[in-house]
Amino acid sequence: MTDLAGAPASDALPAGLRRVAIDPLSRVEGHGKVTLLVDEHNRVRQARLHIVEFRGFEKFIEGRPYWEVPVMVQRLCGICPVSHHLAASKALDHVVGAVPVTRSATLLRRLMHYGQVLQSHATHFFHLASPDLLFGFDSEVSRRNLMAVAETCPDVARQGVLLRKFGQEVIRATAGKRVHGTGSVPGGMNRHLSREDRALLHEGLPVMIDWAEEAVDLIARLHAEQPGLYTRFASVRSNLLSLVGMDGSLELYDGVIRARDATGRILLDGLSDQACLELLEEEVKPWTYLKFPYLKSLGPEQGWYRVGPLARIQNCDFIASARAEARRQAFLALGQGEPVHASLAYHWARMIELLHCLEMIAVLLADPALLAGDLMTAGERQRAGTGVIEAPRGTLIHHYEVGDDDLVTRCNLIVSTTHNNRAMNEAVCAVAREYLDGQTLTDGLLNHIEVAIRAYDPCLSCATHALGRMPLELTLVGPGGAVLDRLRRSAEGRIERPHAAPEAETAR
Amino acid sequence: MSSADAADVFHLDGHDVPFTTGETVLAATSRAGRYIPHLCWHPDFAPHGSCRVCTVRVGARLVPACTLPAATGLVVESDTAELRHLRLRLLQLLFVEGNHFCPSCEKSGDCQLQATAYAVDMTGPHFEEFYPARPVDASHPDILLDLNRCILCSLCVRASREVDGKSVFALGGHGIDTHLLIDSPSGRLVDTDFAPTDRAASICPVGVILPKRRGFAVPIGERRFDQQPISAAEEGDP
Repeated sequence: MTDLAGAPASDALPAGLRRVAIDPLSRVEGHGKVTLLVDEHNRVRQARLHIVEFRGFEKFIEGRPYWEVPVMVQRLCGICPVSHHLAASKALDHVVGAVPVTRSATLLRRLMHYGQVLQSHATHFFHLASPDLLFGFDSEVSRRNLMAVAETCPDVARQGVLLRKFGQEVIRATAGKRVHGTGSVPGGMNRHLSREDRALLHEGLPVMIDWAEEAVDLIARLHAEQPGLYTRFASVRSNLLSLVGMDGSLELYDGVIRARDATGRILLDGLSDQACLELLEEEVKPWTYLKFPYLKSLGPEQGWYRVGPLARIQNCDFIASARAEARRQAFLALGQGEPVHASLAYHWARMIELLHCLEMIAVLLADPALLAGDLMTAGERQRAGTGVIEAPRGTLIHHYEVGDDDLVTRCNLIVSTTHNNRAMNEAVCAVAREYLDGQTLTDGLLNHIEVAIRAYDPCLSCATHALGRMPLELTLVGPGGAVLDRLRRSAEGRIERPHAAPEAETAR
Repeated sequence: MSSADAADVFHLDGHDVPFTTGETVLAATSRAGRYIPHLCWHPDFAPHGSCRVCTVRVGARLVPACTLPAATGLVVESDTAELRHLRLRLLQLLFVEGNHFCPSCEKSGDCQLQATAYAVDMTGPHFEEFYPARPVDASHPDILLDLNRCILCSLCVRASREVDGKSVFALGGHGIDTHLLIDSPSGRLVDTDFAPTDRAASICPVGVILPKRRGFAVPIGERRFDQQPISAAEEGDP
């Protein structure tokens, strides 16, 4: 995917390059596999993150009644189902002519989504990433999990678990279930917040906000302790894309589209989310099911971009909640006038958003419209609708076309991980160039590549949650296709170097 | 039950159940507030005896309670390990013969098939799914027919014929190929005189015949079988 300057960006295996495959990844959502293509001088020429799972969700939504979709489509993911639930609802609001939905419905959906982003960010930072960040990328595999964090830093682990739980409770109170609820429907919501749940959430908020501030402090401290590593590691300059509020504020639920270039200059701004799909083109590569979106106006080489927390908090002009905005200003100072592009800065940005979510939950809980008021809107029926939302991992786009018989005739989903596809490939390439040493594979290289990918919090299949117990395999393939070396990490964390039997492999 | 006249009771799992002349075991049991799992039986219609979920043991015989005439002194076993297992397997067969995806089904929580499966402690399909290719008929402006979920209980057939006087539905085919037919030249619901106010429009115990555009209007937690298990719920339309 990524070539050294001047090298051709071919999709086939370029002549004379070797292939290094890492299969599969652990502690990301789903399974992935990485191939490094190196030349005869052992220089990394390309990095390819293969997404080899195919789910076909878009196809089997076709032919289903539209009102079923917001519930069905959230089964894409067990971590961020609410984002799919709401993106589908927003798209179908247009189909049923319910734009805007009522104030109560809007506030309830916003509350639900803040709970979702909070829950997902807490899961990613504390459960998945914190072992790497606290113990080091090369620490013992068996210790890189939340249980080890609980032994070493019990307060951090406990706060992570309870922050996640709080987010889940917000979701339950608004959607009916902690995972895969049914609160949002095309045209509005089917329930108010109960007084009991409002009291319950209100009571828990102050300590959650304190813990969120501590989490921002923790990641900021880690950056300060190793500024070289955190700034340099997997750093990739890119465009940034996200929704922002009409006033330029950080926006997670509904807004207009803005993109900046790597220097921070605004490329486009104020565009309606209904025009979103006209801005983008998706490139297909033969070696992965994951497409490569880019801004149509700039083309595939210049128009790729990053989404997610790092993009969002730098794309906006400000965050509307005071504590998070103060933390954002401290974060921005790191860039010295330009956007911060370090991949590990995603974690910092993620914790600032986590704090913002809790502050906004506090604001929303004070609004009586959550407890009463009209929930549903109806209007003139339309044939199609687009719903764009800022999911935990970035911009999420749902588009549906619906026939006169109420059945979905076309479905197009562009999920956050897809937007970040090129960026993840670039980040892996940057890491491999720094850590691949000669023809010897090390588990250190493998670990560092995983850490780089994990910074993007990719949701590759939206189904599994490996927590570091998945086997890993790293293979070095010579220019002739022979396997020169192989390193395998078993499910139990054992590192093995199995006999590297000469064998031809087909480059993918 | 203990005060009932010994001349007009039968015995169900050690309990006396009163009955009236001509009543079946299932009808009398249901009227008495006791539960025998069932799917194709409805108190407003003549028994059909097709789903076999209400099978009970009377001496050496296994018989459907919905067609078994109640008789004085009859000793009926229902809540036994043997019959619970039989019902479990019957339900698992019904699940794999159709396409029942409860997680995204709007009938979830109101579905008699799902609630009965819970009642018999079904936790998985056991058998390999058939994944049959079945159509969705969305031609009618107000009613959706999702035949993926049909369990061939024939309640819609009986309701349309006996109450609505229309005979919109019928069962066709044989054996595993048995399927629900729509009585119109095109085979589509829109070409019949079916109306949302028909009795057949509200009788389906699963999610086949559904009013359009309602979907998930009723939240999770507030649906019929969310409130109480089917064994405690009142008989009637789902």
